[in-house]
Amino acid sequence: MARESKQPLLTVQDLRVEFRTRRGAAMVLNGVDFQLRGGETLCVVGESGCGKSMTALALLRLIPSPPGRIVGGRVDFQGEDLVRASEARMREVRGDRISMIFQEPMTSLNPVFTVGDQIGETLRLHAKLDARAARERSIEMLRSVGIPAPERRVDEYPHQLSGGMRQRVMIAMALACRPDVLIADEPTTALDVTVQAQIFDLLRALQAERGTAILLITHDMGAVAEMADRVMVMYAGRVIEQGSVEQVLRAPSHPYTQGLIECLPELGSSQIDEAAELAEISGVVPSLWELGQGCAFRERCPYAMPRCASEVPPMFDVGHGHGAACWLRVDTQVSAT
Amino acid sequence: MNTAVAKSSPSAPQAQGPWAEAARMFARNPSAIVGSVLLLIVILVSVVGPWVHPVDPFEIVAAPMTPPFTEAEVWLGTDYLGRDVLITMIYGGRATLLVGAVAALLSVTIGITLGATAGFYGGRIDNLLMRITEFFQVLPALLFAMVVVTLFGPTIVTVTLAIGVVSWTGTARLTRAEFMKVRGMEYVRAERAIGARNARLIWKVILPNALPPLIVSATLAVGAAILFEAGLSFLGLGDPNLMSWGLMIGSSRQYLLSSWWAVTFPGAAIFVTVLAVSLIGDGLNDALNPKLRER
Repeated sequence: MARESKQPLLTVQDLRVEFRTRRGAAMVLNGVDFQLRGGETLCVVGESGCGKSMTALALLRLIPSPPGRIVGGRVDFQGEDLVRASEARMREVRGDRISMIFQEPMTSLNPVFTVGDQIGETLRLHAKLDARAARERSIEMLRSVGIPAPERRVDEYPHQLSGGMRQRVMIAMALACRPDVLIADEPTTALDVTVQAQIFDLLRALQAERGTAILLITHDMGAVAEMADRVMVMYAGRVIEQGSVEQVLRAPSHPYTQGLIECLPELGSSQIDEAAELAEISGVVPSLWELGQGCAFRERCPYAMPRCASEVPPMFDVGHGHGAACWLRVDTQVSAT
Repeated sequence: MNTAVAKSSPSAPQAQGPWAEAARMFARNPSAIVGSVLLLIVILVSVVGPWVHPVDPFEIVAAPMTPPFTEAEVWLGTDYLGRDVLITMIYGGRATLLVGAVAALLSVTIGITLGATAGFYGGRIDNLLMRITEFFQVLPALLFAMVVVTLFGPTIVTVTLAIGVVSWTGTARLTRAEFMKVRGMEYVRAERAIGARNARLIWKVILPNALPPLIVSATLAVGAAILFEAGLSFLGLGDPNLMSWGLMIGSSRQYLLSSWWAVTFPGAAIFVTVLAVSLIGDGLNDALNPKLRER
């Protein structure tokens, strides 16, 4: 990305989120650290329940509470710690500086209002536009997300649109105020493959035009290869590997990431071996109540050693900003980050 | 892209909101039309009648207990004091409808406010508000209303307040349940993510989506309030200076055998009004419930 700047836009440090349940407190996020730079696309990958969506919700302070609670850490955004910001300040940030699109376009739009009302609402809340101006801008936004006949569509209700169109409307809503950061929580999971590609193309085009940084949450490695500038891999509420998309996909340094990539079927490869079975990572994600000390992946890790059970591995730099939190990398590290 | 439009609304070429759709369904429902026409007639007669024919409904105009359809001046006969049954019914309808509508409005306002607060915030607030609701639920409604009316005097205001205060619990529970359901919808989270405040989420986002069953319950509340007022008046706890259908039945009940008309006609009026309101409620239920729409 040409517009990508080296300056971090959003710096997350040691973010911890706890869910209080009848079984006790579950650490859903267990010290998440990462940076998002202006104009880049950072992909967050990991299996269900690893904390991807929670990280996104925590940035906007939208964690369902009770039972969830941010118990520690910082989210520095434009010189301000969002974890400690007032609720009123957060309402100003949401939708204006940082906005979010959700997984289910079918249920993310309010069924009783027209799409124009809903896009216009963001503008009226933040840009303080009047009804007319908001409508004009809504039509403009619908056009920019590639919806044909926006003058007509603006007065339609969500049930009159297809899934792909609804996701475009969600994107229009999210980008209406030209936010600095767009969080996309599995925006294409509920869509057809062809529509998925269209949505990704759209996101890329809008990013190139507006310089919005995108935090893309996905479990689809294909989407990562296509969209990401950088990748972070999460496991059991921690970031366990991060680096550029080439570094992480070509030379995964954490056994979990290696496993994830081995799990992918190779569609393009010429020698499709009928007998070859798809690899899998044996075992399941540990319950968040039973994490205890040590590396959360050790039960499933083929290289587990005694040290893994007693100490949580810190993030080791394995070269050029590529980091992996695994004791295997303690020797190869360049310098601890 | 055009196929999506064609599929969702085959008969309507232009954009149609869920409310317009419901209005169309309502207008097609025979029982809803009958109910609306009946209620309209009752309202028209009660509102316009006293205007066209301004007399005192308490005035004695003919011999007591004149049977109906015998004398042209007192077409529906007279009661035990010689008061015109038709005139008293027309005037009585005003009070009955007014008390019914205002009491229902009051009960729905209390019910929605409490239910929405409880359902939206949940947790401790919900717990507290639901205990209050239960307190009002276990009170015998009629007895409580009677105590209120005897304590503060039987005026139209106290009667209306008493009915409103004892009848909001059902609406509150219904609103709470709807809010808890809608609160978890993705679009509520999406709305929060664009920076909406709680008041906006409650009134502008969740309430419109929770409204259909509440409208039905509000309509039925009008019928219930009318019956309640009639009951209180029958027991002699209505406003004695205000003619109402319940008061007519209550005061003429001893003469039921000798002058049946003085009780039967206002009774029929109550029956027709409550029936009309219930038919409308039923029609709204059918029109607003997407699951029933397919049939």
